Amino acid sequence: MTRLLRMIALILAVALSAGAARAQSADEAFTRLGADSFSDTNRAIELLIAGAHPQAAVIIEALAEGRLLAGGGAVVVKTKDGKLLDARTGAALASEPPGLNPVRLNNGVRRNIQAALGGLGLLNPDTAKRIAAAEAVFKSRDVSLLPVIETAISRETDTRAKAALRQAQAAILIAKTDAPPFDRLAAVDVLRERGDQDALATLRSLPGDASPALKDAQARAVADIEGKLALWRTVQNLWYGLSLGSVLLLAAIGLAITFGVMGVINMAHGEMVMLGAYTTFIVQEVIRARFPGLFDYSLAIALPLAFLVAGLVGIAIERGVIRFLYGRPLETLLATWGISLILQQAVRTAFGPTNREVGAPNFMSGAFELGGLAITWNRLWIIVFAALVFAALLAILKLTPIGLQMRAVTQNRRMASAMGIRTGRVDALTFGLGSGVAGLAGVALSQIDNVSPNLGQSYIIDSFMVVVFGGVGNLWGTLVGALTLGIANKLLEPYAGAVLGKIALLVFIILFIQKRPRGLFALKGRAVEA
Amino acid sequence: MSVNTTRRVVLGAALAGATILGSFLPAAAQETIKVGILHSLSGTMAISETTLKDVMLMLIEEQNKKGGVLGKKLEAVVVDPASNWPLFAEKARELIAKDKVSAVFGCWTSVSRKSVLPVFKELNSVLFYPVQYEGEESERNVFYTGAAPNQQAIPAVDYLAKEEKVQRWVLAGTDYVYPRTTNKILEAYLKSKGVPAEDIMINYTPFGHSDWQTIVSDIKKFGSAGKKTAVVSTINGDANVPFYKELGNQGIKATDIPVVAFSVGEEELAGIDTKPLLGHLAAWNYFQSVKTPENEAFIKQWKAYKKSDKAVTNDPMEAHVIGFAMWVKAVEKAKSTDPDKVIDALPGIEAPNLTGGISKMLPNHHITKPVLIGEIKADGQFDVVSKTGLVAGDAWSKELDGSKDLVGDWVEKKCGNFNVKTGKCGGA
Repeated sequence: MTRLLRMIALILAVALSAGAARAQSADEAFTRLGADSFSDTNRAIELLIAGAHPQAAVIIEALAEGRLLAGGGAVVVKTKDGKLLDARTGAALASEPPGLNPVRLNNGVRRNIQAALGGLGLLNPDTAKRIAAAEAVFKSRDVSLLPVIETAISRETDTRAKAALRQAQAAILIAKTDAPPFDRLAAVDVLRERGDQDALATLRSLPGDASPALKDAQARAVADIEGKLALWRTVQNLWYGLSLGSVLLLAAIGLAITFGVMGVINMAHGEMVMLGAYTTFIVQEVIRARFPGLFDYSLAIALPLAFLVAGLVGIAIERGVIRFLYGRPLETLLATWGISLILQQAVRTAFGPTNREVGAPNFMSGAFELGGLAITWNRLWIIVFAALVFAALLAILKLTPIGLQMRAVTQNRRMASAMGIRTGRVDALTFGLGSGVAGLAGVALSQIDNVSPNLGQSYIIDSFMVVVFGGVGNLWGTLVGALTLGIANKLLEPYAGAVLGKIALLVFIILFIQKRPRGLFALKGRAVEA
Repeated sequence: MSVNTTRRVVLGAALAGATILGSFLPAAAQETIKVGILHSLSGTMAISETTLKDVMLMLIEEQNKKGGVLGKKLEAVVVDPASNWPLFAEKARELIAKDKVSAVFGCWTSVSRKSVLPVFKELNSVLFYPVQYEGEESERNVFYTGAAPNQQAIPAVDYLAKEEKVQRWVLAGTDYVYPRTTNKILEAYLKSKGVPAEDIMINYTPFGHSDWQTIVSDIKKFGSAGKKTAVVSTINGDANVPFYKELGNQGIKATDIPVVAFSVGEEELAGIDTKPLLGHLAAWNYFQSVKTPENEAFIKQWKAYKKSDKAVTNDPMEAHVIGFAMWVKAVEKAKSTDPDKVIDALPGIEAPNLTGGISKMLPNHHITKPVLIGEIKADGQFDVVSKTGLVAGDAWSKELDGSKDLVGDWVEKKCGNFNVKTGKCGGA
C-alpha cells in the first residue's frame, strides 16, 4: 500500500512540475497522429502514455479498433455507436470536420498499442481486463511497467489475475540484467510453472550475460517444459488425428451407404458434399439479409435443408441415370464422373468460380486450452457432429422399417424382392439417404474448408479410401477406417511431412488391400457372392 | 468434358464477336487484328483465371473505342484450356495456327506456361504471361509481366527482417515448382544474410491441403524459440482459406507470428472472414487499395464493366494492363503485327503501371515494377505499408549457384541464358 501511495505521489509531483511540458507533448502527440506515418503514430502513443493524457486510454483503444480519425489538424474518436468526440477533450462534436481518415496501423503500431493498453489496463477494476493486460505485458516485456505491475500484484485479490501478473513480472525480470539475481531465479520458477510455448519462448530469450546459476536454472526449466510439451504434443497429435478422422468419417459415411450398401461407385459423391456447403452459404446469405439475429442458428437451419437438397439431387441422379446402369460398374463410374463435372460447372456458373464466405457462428470460433492442449471449437463440434450422424445412421439402419428393408436388399436382393420389398424404391431411398448425409457433411466442412465448386473433389479419393479400407458395406468398418487413417496420418505428418505422410498411407492401404481385399471388416455370407 | 469445352469456346467467341459487332458495326467488314486469350474458364484454375479473361476483353473493347491499332479493330479470340495442362498446348496451337492471332495473353500456373512454350517457339508467336513466377527462364517468345522472385519474395523478406526484426523463418508452400524454386532462392538468400540453418523451417503440403492443424501447431512451436518468427507463404490457391482459418482459430496473431504471402490477393480473401487475419501481409506489385488517379480510373472502369460494385482488382490484372499497353505500343512502333518485328520492338517500350510509375520492358523480357507490401485489413483489402521504387526483374536469380552468372538479353546477345563468366550463350 505504501508503494502505491508513493507512486501516486510521484505521479502527482511529475504532473505538477511538468504540467506545461505535458501540454506541449500532448500537442505534439496529436500533430503526429495526423501525420499518416507509422513511426509518428508510435511516437504519439509513447507521448500520450508518458504525458498521462486523461484521454489516453480512450484514444488508444479507438486507435486499436480503427475508430480514431485524423485529418486537417483534427483528431477525432468515433465511439462504438458512431458518435464523434474530440480526442483532446472528449467533448462531443456537433459536425464532422472535413478530410477525416482512419489512422492507419501496421503490426509494429499494433504491438505498441497492445503494450500500451497492457500498461493502462493493469489497474482496471474488471478482472478479465486485468488478466488480458497482464498477458499483453507478458508479451511486450516493457521494463518501464515493472513498478505498476508490482503495485498491481500487491493489490490483487483474484488468484488467476495474480498468477498472470506474476508471470508478466517474471517475463520482465528475466530479461532485466540489473534485477536482483534472486528475483530472476524466482522468475525462472514462475515461468516453469506456467509451462507453455510462450513461457518457453520467454525463457529462451534469456540474455547471454546471465550468471551460471541463472543459466543452469533456465536450462533445467527449459528441459522440464520441453519434456512436458513433448508429451502434450503426442496427445495433441492424437486429437488432431481424431479430428481428421471425424472429417473423413463425415465425408465417407454417405459413400459407405451408396457404395457399401448398394455397390454403386458414385463419383459425384463429393459434389453432394459441395451442394450441402452451398446450401449453408445460401442459408447464411438469407439470414444476413433478412434475419441477422438468427446468425448463430444458421448451421442448425442449414442442416435439414442441406440434407433435403443433396438427398433430392441424389434421388434424381439414381432415378435418372444410375438405375439403368446397375451391374455395370464401369459405366456407372463414368456416368457419375460426368455428373460430378456437370454439377461442378453448374455451381461455377451459378455462383461464380471464387470461394464463397461461410461465416462461423460464435460458438464455433476460437479455441480453448485443456492442459497443454489447444482445442479449437470448430473441430470439437465437428467431432461431436460426426458422432451424432454416425449414431443416427446406425439407428436408421437397425431400428426403422426402411433400414430393415435396406439391409435385406443388401444381403440378398432377389430374396428381398421375393418377400415383397420394392427394391427399386429402396434403392432410390438408400441413394437419397447416402447423398443427404453427404449434404450434412457439407454443412460441417463449410466451416473448415473452402466453399468453392472444387470442394467435393478433394474429398472423393479420401472417402473411397476410407470405405475400401474399412470394409465395404459395414458402417462400423467405415468408423474404424476413418479414425485409423486420420490418426495414422496425423502421427506420421510431424515426422514425414504432409506430402510423404499421405504417400506412406496410400502405400500402406495398397498393401493392406492385397492382404485383405475386403477391408478391415469384411461382410460374410451371401452378400459376398452376390 | 470436351463438349463442355467446345461450348465454352463457341460461347466465348460469340461473346467477343458480339461485343465488337455491337460497338462497331461499320467496322465489322474490315480486316481485324486478332488477340488470343488463353485462360482457364473451367476447372480448378477458373477461380483465378476467369477475371483475367474479362480484363482482357475490357482492355480490347477500350482500345477499339480509341480506334484500335494501326487503324484496324482488335478482335478477341477466347479459348478455354480448362485447367488441363496438355490442353493449354493444344489450345495455344489452335489460336496461333488456326485463328492466326497476333499475340496471346494467357496462362497462370508455371506448368501451363511450360506446356505452351514449345508451341510458341515452333510457330513463332508472342505470349504475355501475367503472373508472378519462380524465374529461371527467359524465352524469346514470352514476355513476363508478373513478378520475378527478386520483385516479390526477396523484398518481402527484407521488409520482415528490417521492420519486424524477424530472425526465424518458416518457408511454407504447396508442393510444386513455384514454391520449391522460390524457397530455394529464399533459403540461399537468408543464409547469405547470416541466418543459421536451424532458424529456417521449410514445409511443403499437397495441392488443396485442408487439414492444417499439425502444421500450424508446428509453426507455433517453431516460433517459441525466443526469436521473432515469421511465415513466408507460397501456399497456392484453395489451400489458403483453411490455412488462414486454422491460424485464426489457434490464435496466431500477426503481431506474434506474421505471415507474408505471395499468392494471396484480393480475390482469395473474398472467401474468408478477414477479421482474425488483421495485419498478416502480402507482397505484390499492385494492390486495389493503392491511391493513384490511374488506379482509381481503372477500378471504376472495371466495376462498370463487371456491372458490380463488389468487383475486386488484383495484381495479375494489372500485369495484363501493362502488358497489353506495351504490346499496343510495340505494334505501333513496329507498324506491323509480325511476331519477329514485335518481339524486337518490345524491349525498351514503356507503359504506365497503376501504382503511379512507368514500367519498362527489359532486354530479358521481364519488366520493371515497384514492390508493395500490404497488410490485410478488416474489409479484405490491403493497406500498403511499404513501397519500393521500380525494381528490374531478374530472369535468373542471383542467389542460386546454377544461375547467378546467367542473364537474359534478347537485344544484343539474342540469348535467354547468356553466361557472363564464360561469355557464351547456353546454360551455366
